[in-house]
Amino acid sequence: MTTHCAIEMTVNDKRYTGLVEPRLSLADFLRDHLGLTGTHVGCEQGICGSCTILLNGETVRSCLLFAVQAHGATIVTIEGLAAKAKSGDRLHPIQQGFLETVGFQCGFCTPGFLMTTYEFLQENPSPSEEEIRERLTGNLCRCTGYQNIVAAVQWAAERLRAR
Amino acid sequence: MRRHGLDAKILAGGQSLVPLLNLRLTKPKILVDLNGVSGLDHIRETSAGLRIGAMTRQSGVERSAIVREKCPVLAEAIRHIGHLAIRHRGTIGGSLVHADPAAELPAVALALDAKFEVLGDGMARAVCADEFFIDYLTTSLRPDEILGEIIFPVLQPSSGYAVEEVARRHGDFAVAGVVAVVDLDGEGKIIGPRVALFGVAPTAVRARAVEQAMIGQQPGNELIRDAAALLRDMLDPPGDIRASSAYRKRAAAVLTVRALTKAVQLCHTRRLS
Ligand SMILES: Cc1cc2nc3c(=O)[nH]c(=O)nc-3n(C[C@H](O)[C@H](O)[C@H](O)COP(=O)(O)OP(=O)(O)OC[C@H]3O[C@@H](n4cnc5c(N)ncnc54)[C@H](O)[C@@H]3O)c2cc1C
Ligand code: FES
Ligand code: FES
Repeated sequence: MTTHCAIEMTVNDKRYTGLVEPRLSLADFLRDHLGLTGTHVGCEQGICGSCTILLNGETVRSCLLFAVQAHGATIVTIEGLAAKAKSGDRLHPIQQGFLETVGFQCGFCTPGFLMTTYEFLQENPSPSEEEIRERLTGNLCRCTGYQNIVAAVQWAAERLRAR
Repeated sequence: MRRHGLDAKILAGGQSLVPLLNLRLTKPKILVDLNGVSGLDHIRETSAGLRIGAMTRQSGVERSAIVREKCPVLAEAIRHIGHLAIRHRGTIGGSLVHADPAAELPAVALALDAKFEVLGDGMARAVCADEFFIDYLTTSLRPDEILGEIIFPVLQPSSGYAVEEVARRHGDFAVAGVVAVVDLDGEGKIIGPRVALFGVAPTAVRARAVEQAMIGQQPGNELIRDAAALLRDMLDPPGDIRASSAYRKRAAAVLTVRALTKAVQLCHTRRLS
């Protein structure tokens, strides 16, 4: 016997409601119920970082939260990042940076890297390469070898500082 | 918890429990989510020390001005836990109750003789750190009890401290690590040394022999090296896929030298400023 719980939350500035089993992960809710499939699920153990989203402004692993725990919360997923760009720009400078420097190949890890970078550059607008590498250890990429990801963060940091 | 007994589990930050659930390594019927319970998320300075609610997030403690001022070794240790996204959810209480032998916080609690305020059935009891950690992933909490608060003693403004560890990458669980705190008296002799190791035994362990060898001594490279060498007879670390027993033993000694050297140096700088 499983009961369902009614939940509501704000995702990317839009209000959503849902009726979910308590066991449903937030990542699965975002992907399967709301159709926001930009949040990727790699390991479901908190290790790979591809499911990273902003929950009330802080990065969290959406695979390690239950949807019911996000009741009443404000969430930003990768689909909401472009809306934080300057008006007129189609992409956020962090997204543009990953494009400019080829900071991705298959793209599976990219949403997590972008959300992690978004929080990071708000905290530290002029990070050193070492600081960038340290923060990004929480996200795994199997394709790029990280070099171009670091370059993407540097590119974005510069643009954001100029803004 | 009383009604459901062993069928139920407490959910705190979920950063250790939910991976276990996702891997189906544990299958509790009921999860009791402490995130909705008020009164467990705070940092207060009292005469007994810093009282930190079990549900206080690791990232909140790491950034707390009062923790950085009064118990900086705690903030320093938390920086080594996983990644920021993990620390945003992971709680102080969760890490201590999970009692992973490679975790940093149990070693800090042991080194500082922190007190654990345990709540159960309308009653509270206090447990010392050395009675809290029993074995691998096992504490003296009973199934119907929760950890409510931890009391970390305040360090002297002149105390030096260090947290040193070896891990495959930044943010990984440590292969071996050490927490060290020292102070120096007016003549520059060591007082109140505290050394606790993690990753080298089923629980974090206090290196009392190392501490004893340093009390009242003038700090120097030789003293620290000789004291750390005492670990050789004290430790019998487990070997696993990440490191052999011999490697862990050697790493523990090297890290202890490093941590004590750093702690003494910091002591000198803090006394000057
Ligand atoms: C990728 C990754 C890397 C990590 N790296 C590290 C690391 O380097 N070092 C480290 O120390 N940890 C690390 N962790 C673990 C992290 O610190 C966890 O947050 C912590 O171990 C558990 O805290 P939690 O609040 O998430 O607890 P939960 O996962 O919710 O609970 C853990 C256990 O404690 C019990 N519990 C929790 N709170 C209470 C309470 N108040 N009373 C009674 N029982 C309670 C639960 O029932 C459960 O059995 C890592 C985790 C991940 C996913
Ligand atoms: S899917 Fe969440 S961290 Fe890998
Ligand atoms: S681009 Fe393929 S995993 Fe990172």
